[in-house]
Amino acid sequence: MELYDLTIHEVADRLARRELSSHELTQAVLDRIRQMEERVRAYVTVTEELALNQADEADRRIAAGDAAPLTGIPAAIKDLICTKGVPTTCGSRMLQNFLPPYQAHVTERLLDAGLVMVGKANMDEFAMGSSTENSAFYPTHNPWNLERVPGGSSGGSAATVAAGESIYALGSDTGGSIRQPAALCGVVGLKPTYGRVSRFGLVAFASSLDQIGPLTKDVTDCALVMNVIAGHDKRDATSAPLDVPDYTQSLIPDLKGIRIGVPQEYFVEGMDDDVRASIEAAVSKMQDLGAEVDREVSLPSTGYALACYYIIAPSEAMANLARYDGVKYGYSDMRGDSMWQNMELTRQHGFGDEVKRRIMLGTYALSAGYYDAYYLKAQKVRTLIRREFDAAFQRCDVLVTPVSPTPAFKLGEKTADPLQMYLSDVCTIPVNIAGIPAISVPCGFADASPEPGRRGLPVGLQIMAKPFDEPAILRVAYAYEQATEWHKARPKL
Amino acid sequence: MAITREEVRHVAMLFRMALSEEEVAKFQQQLSQILDYFQVLRQIDTEGVPPTSHPISLENVMRADEPRPSYPTEDILANAPLSERGFFRVRAVLE
Repeated sequence: MELYDLTIHEVADRLARRELSSHELTQAVLDRIRQMEERVRAYVTVTEELALNQADEADRRIAAGDAAPLTGIPAAIKDLICTKGVPTTCGSRMLQNFLPPYQAHVTERLLDAGLVMVGKANMDEFAMGSSTENSAFYPTHNPWNLERVPGGSSGGSAATVAAGESIYALGSDTGGSIRQPAALCGVVGLKPTYGRVSRFGLVAFASSLDQIGPLTKDVTDCALVMNVIAGHDKRDATSAPLDVPDYTQSLIPDLKGIRIGVPQEYFVEGMDDDVRASIEAAVSKMQDLGAEVDREVSLPSTGYALACYYIIAPSEAMANLARYDGVKYGYSDMRGDSMWQNMELTRQHGFGDEVKRRIMLGTYALSAGYYDAYYLKAQKVRTLIRREFDAAFQRCDVLVTPVSPTPAFKLGEKTADPLQMYLSDVCTIPVNIAGIPAISVPCGFADASPEPGRRGLPVGLQIMAKPFDEPAILRVAYAYEQATEWHKARPKL
Repeated sequence: MAITREEVRHVAMLFRMALSEEEVAKFQQQLSQILDYFQVLRQIDTEGVPPTSHPISLENVMRADEPRPSYPTEDILANAPLSERGFFRVRAVLE
């Protein structure tokens, strides 16, 4: 295996034994980026000079015996997480030239741990999308099949990990934006419990749904990154003032005494047979590992989650995006005759189509006469969805479902039909509505698909747990992963 | 159509966003389709169900009112399209 294909824990061992320097490893990843970017286009910005300086600093730390588990390991950061002095575009023309004057909380945590940042990853504009085709700059291509999407909105982050253009990455997840691209690119992606990771310095999309999390090559790496980024931060009033466990303690290779629920509502109409078969095979494997399986567990409001989400998320987004006025920072269109006209033109030309659609949906849902029928109704449905999860976790430790109804779709396949694009998040959205944690882990390939173009594409398994029970998720994910070989596959590029 | 062209223009203006006529036509069609989809929520009974605005229950989060340094003015203004004497500069609001 090439250096860029290795996991965090594999390279960390070599770095600790001084068989490898962070400089060599970083150079290998940068060379890989140079080789692959023309085809994959996973980055908005590559920070070569910064990365090599950080690698040299990491090598000094390692030599001084001051290394942490992530010290000197090259990572990609989604381009909506603030990195002081490094462009943070949010995939938007609106923030194309924005240089953050401060670090996000997670960036600070990673820097303290010895971060080597190789670049800022491409994404759907303002994290609105499921394919990375809404990036204002260019779409990212799926490393498993370059004619297909990597998923979104953290498609760039997932593609860097899959293609060996980073060892790990950070993404953000508002309705599936970490888990769906992780599934489509065959990597591990965790959306932590709402409040587990500080959102300070995360460009806001929907404040009651957004959460930052890791994209990695295996579950062990996911635990290692969580150990660094999780925890309370007083600069985010919604961050949970709770202690953080050592997540590596959850990496136990059996499932004795674990009760797994398989809610039938998630096996939706139009779901690929390959996806269904892969999930069923994974459930059997978990049974072999000692888990008890509960197929009676039910979440009856699941079918309403998508509509509920596409009212709540745009409503919150519209309030957050009102800050882009062409005055304080970001793109400014000064062609108008007045301040108001400048603001109207700034938004018309600074935002792309999907962002405009969601702003208008949110503005409509919150406007006089429609508030009760849309926003208030959606908030009540949110309560029902949350209650059903609470009841399900009374009887089960975790719930297991698909991540995406299909493997990666073709670039351009859904861009003309926004509602079809929204439906690709049908299995991930309820998790954000309820604020619970969930992971995507590789569980097979769509090799039996009747559509030849889908063969060889990765399939993801979703594991959900009650709030702050990331340890249960990591245990189930780890035991399953260790009993299978899916996580060892790499795309041939 | 669930939404008229006039309503599309009105909603965009509530947000202070200009749209071209082509955009109005495209968004009328797309937003209508999405709003039609939302009607599925009429089928679910929410009588007596309280609304949830936030996934974890938090009371007001307070901190001590202690002075701390803020970001340097020049750092904040570095991203401003127009600034003057330590302020953001805008076009005249009233002319």
